[in-house]
Amino acid sequence: MNAVYMLWLRQIKKYARSKSRIVGALGQPLLFMVALGFGFGPIYAQAGGGDYIQFLAPGIIAMSILFTSIFSGIEVIWDRQFGFLKETLVAPVSRYEIMLGRTLGGATAGLLQGIIVFFVALAMGLRPDWDLVPAALLVAALIAVFFTALGTAIASKMDDMQGFQLIMNFVVMPIFFLSGALFPLEGLPSGIREATSINPLSYGVDGLRAALTGVAHFGLATDLTVLLGLTAASVALGAYLFSKIQA
Amino acid sequence: MAKRKQEKTGPGKSDYAIEVSGLSKTFGTGEKAVKAVDGVSFTVRKGEVFAFLGPNGAGKSTTIKMLTTLLQPTAGQMRVGGLDAFLQQDEVRKRFGIVFQDPSVDDELTAYENMEFHGTLYGVQRADLSGRIQEMLGFVGLWDRRDDLLKTFSGGMRRRLEIARGLLHHPEILFLDEPTLGLDPQTRNHIWQYIQKMNREEGTTIFLTTHYMEEAEKMADRIAVIDYGKIVAEGTLFELKKKTKSKSLEGAFIALTGHAIRAEGAEPGRVMRMWHGRR
Ligand SMILES: Nc1ncnc2c1ncn2[C@@H]1O[C@H](COP(=O)(O)OP(=O)(O)OP(=O)(O)O)[C@@H](O)[C@H]1O
Ligand SMILES: [Mg+2]
Repeated sequence: MNAVYMLWLRQIKKYARSKSRIVGALGQPLLFMVALGFGFGPIYAQAGGGDYIQFLAPGIIAMSILFTSIFSGIEVIWDRQFGFLKETLVAPVSRYEIMLGRTLGGATAGLLQGIIVFFVALAMGLRPDWDLVPAALLVAALIAVFFTALGTAIASKMDDMQGFQLIMNFVVMPIFFLSGALFPLEGLPSGIREATSINPLSYGVDGLRAALTGVAHFGLATDLTVLLGLTAASVALGAYLFSKIQA
Repeated sequence: MAKRKQEKTGPGKSDYAIEVSGLSKTFGTGEKAVKAVDGVSFTVRKGEVFAFLGPNGAGKSTTIKMLTTLLQPTAGQMRVGGLDAFLQQDEVRKRFGIVFQDPSVDDELTAYENMEFHGTLYGVQRADLSGRIQEMLGFVGLWDRRDDLLKTFSGGMRRRLEIARGLLHHPEILFLDEPTLGLDPQTRNHIWQYIQKMNREEGTTIFLTTHYMEEAEKMADRIAVIDYGKIVAEGTLFELKKKTKSKSLEGAFIALTGHAIRAEGAEPGRVMRMWHGRR
């Protein structure tokens, strides 16, 4: 158990020490909020959607959790490159514990990032339902664990950093854009509709939106159930692939 | 059959810390396949200092990686601390410590944090940990730099930290893959003395590789020489010198492995012969 704590702590320290990462991961959501929130806001209101910031904020919070978490998971590749991974792989601790500690640490960083963006969104006009903020935290935590474990699973299968750009373009970006973070999931043409409904982040965004603003597509209960199942699956997959790493 | 099994796992059966037979590792497939380790067999007795020598690319590090559960062998058997090093990985990891040839420290953590991380993972008691860390950082002259991030360290300082960390806990078996690489003679002597003391006082089995022949001469009870993935000689220093009619281990080493400088790849055919060299 001490080992899990130590690995968790290491991820937190690395996150807290990389000021550029925190600032960078803050700039992007801010840009999205300003450009889209104020840019699309009037049209969205005209179309009868109401306050776009209120709609967009949960999506942007989910985005920041997605990015920070999946990068924390992918850090396995860096650790392999710089050699530190060996140090953890030969330690007298099962690889599952190592993976668990790393994942919890990376997810905590993702969650913290989401909380920071939540406060930014507050400043920009988000008016959450405070009673359901704990439910929002639970959803946020599940998103964080799911994507950290997913990042770990992917990174465990990659030998070098070459594939990193590929993951960005073909995994992370589609997950973000096809999640309902930016647009409502109602009345989508088929194709997009199916894509969004099999996208894990859709349930995260919907859960956050349901908890924070009371508007939902799938409903909070469905979101939580789906996220719990997916998170369990991705942790299991990540742990399995991580345990098979050769260094 | 059942009787054999009993015998293998029975208590007090094995006098060996390491038993390897027919161990092989091939990297890649087809045309590009490299047989890094090719049917290696040897044993290391408990409490022995065993030097595993060989030219660059001979397969030393690959062998160590298999023994320490980092790499899966292509073929062969290996027992470490009496346990199957492939099938009982979690158990085996409790038996050994290792200093890697390549860097394995975390640049984003301080020297102290690197030590603390290691000590905790290796189950050093919380009450003993800070004392042990102070002792070992002091031992390699890094106590004053304990709160600096590793990325501010020189190459030699990093190497010292790797060693201090590897010696933080006292395992049954210690793998040292070119531990003194890049260190000054004073530091090297200092470290070998400590390791010798560990070996004598605690009976720690030492499995070491080095390219400094005098280190192996001074330290090793037994020596194996590996070349192109195969063991070409094994014995005490005296036996190796006698076998090759050499005066020193360096002489014996060169007699056994030739004058060729090792180029890319591991096949003898692709070696540049020194006397056929450009000048
Ligand atoms: N991950 C890998 N992929 C492909 N080939 C590898 C890999 N690791 C090692 N090799 C090859 O295996 C052979 C043995 O390498 P190894 O690192 O075991 O040598 P060594 O005896 O430790 O040499 P040195 O004295 O230079 O450290 C070399 O030909 C090397 O190129
Ligand atoms: Mg080597």
